[in-house]
Amino acid sequence: MRTYHQLTDPDRSGLGDQIGAQRQRVAERLAAVRRIVAVMSGKGGVGKSYVTANLARALARMGKPIGVLDADLNGPTIPGLLQVPHTAQPPAIGLDGVKCISMGHFLDEGAPLAFKGPAAESFVWRGAMEASALREFLGDVEWGSLDVLLLDLPPGMQRYSELCDILGNAPAVLTVTIPTPESRDAVRRAMRAAVEHGSELLGIVENMVGGELKGSAGDDLAAEFGTPVVARVPWHPTPETWNRLAAQL
Amino acid sequence: MKFLCVECDQQMAFAERALAGDGTLAATFKCPKCGRVVAMLTNPMETQLVASLGVEIGGRTVPTEPFEMVHANVVTGSLSWSTDAQERLSRVPSFVRGIVKKIYADYAKERGITEITPAIMDTARAELGLEGM
Repeated sequence: MRTYHQLTDPDRSGLGDQIGAQRQRVAERLAAVRRIVAVMSGKGGVGKSYVTANLARALARMGKPIGVLDADLNGPTIPGLLQVPHTAQPPAIGLDGVKCISMGHFLDEGAPLAFKGPAAESFVWRGAMEASALREFLGDVEWGSLDVLLLDLPPGMQRYSELCDILGNAPAVLTVTIPTPESRDAVRRAMRAAVEHGSELLGIVENMVGGELKGSAGDDLAAEFGTPVVARVPWHPTPETWNRLAAQL
Repeated sequence: MKFLCVECDQQMAFAERALAGDGTLAATFKCPKCGRVVAMLTNPMETQLVASLGVEIGGRTVPTEPFEMVHANVVTGSLSWSTDAQERLSRVPSFVRGIVKKIYADYAKERGITEITPAIMDTARAELGLEGM
């Protein structure tokens, strides 16, 4: 009996072609984006979205067209940080003219992300559904010409891996940590994964500096990965804090 | 996924797709040599997995719409219970009320239903074999 790869007749379903068309759509849509930067951390609660939104605003104030894709599908916060109306159609225009897309545009106020489908063993398909949503955010938004598209990733590395698959390459990465050793250890794993995927490390943003949180996570990671600490963000940053970070990217 | 007519050693060709409306899918494939037809039947979970990839078995018949998957599959609008449905639910013995409520809520969620009414509960009971709940 012949095996799968020995059956070469044209397939009317053309599932492979459909997947290829999806990838092509993303590639065409992002062709006018000069640079894609993933803002990531292996740790939750370090301020990735806060850094993303303020960095985007600072870049926009420099006169550059900037977009933000809120890849935290289950906890979208970018619309709030950029003060985009909940009902805005994507790409919504936020503070300082930053364009953004978020799952928050599609959900009712305060509602959790839920998909229609069989509840039993939903873990089997939910990940694929989220990856498809991410693909649509990348490929269906009329971003236009952008200097930088910032991708605000959720904690962990699953979304980053999905991004690499959808984009067909590993995006440059800006890493966010807080000073603590616990954050350092979690972020280290994420940075290793990013390096293994081939991402360019743009630097480390050490957030929430100068308060109760003690440690040297930023310097430790910078030394280990040979990438600079591009910003140390205090508890009450000024616009100048973000301007200095923007000037380094 | 491909289908082979073992007797003819021929790759079977996609013939028809049918969606039953209960989350399942049927697709038929025909041997171009002997004409034998087989049907592939997928359960709701398998159907959902295919849908989540944003592809269609049998090929696309209409162009892709922006945010097609998100619009079609993300639940919008929180689930509500009509007054009559709440009253009926209150008559369920308290020690099983929670699980009964979840069964109806899951049924509604799977079908994109945003309000549970006594009629929806009747339909769910019939479909799920929950007579007495």
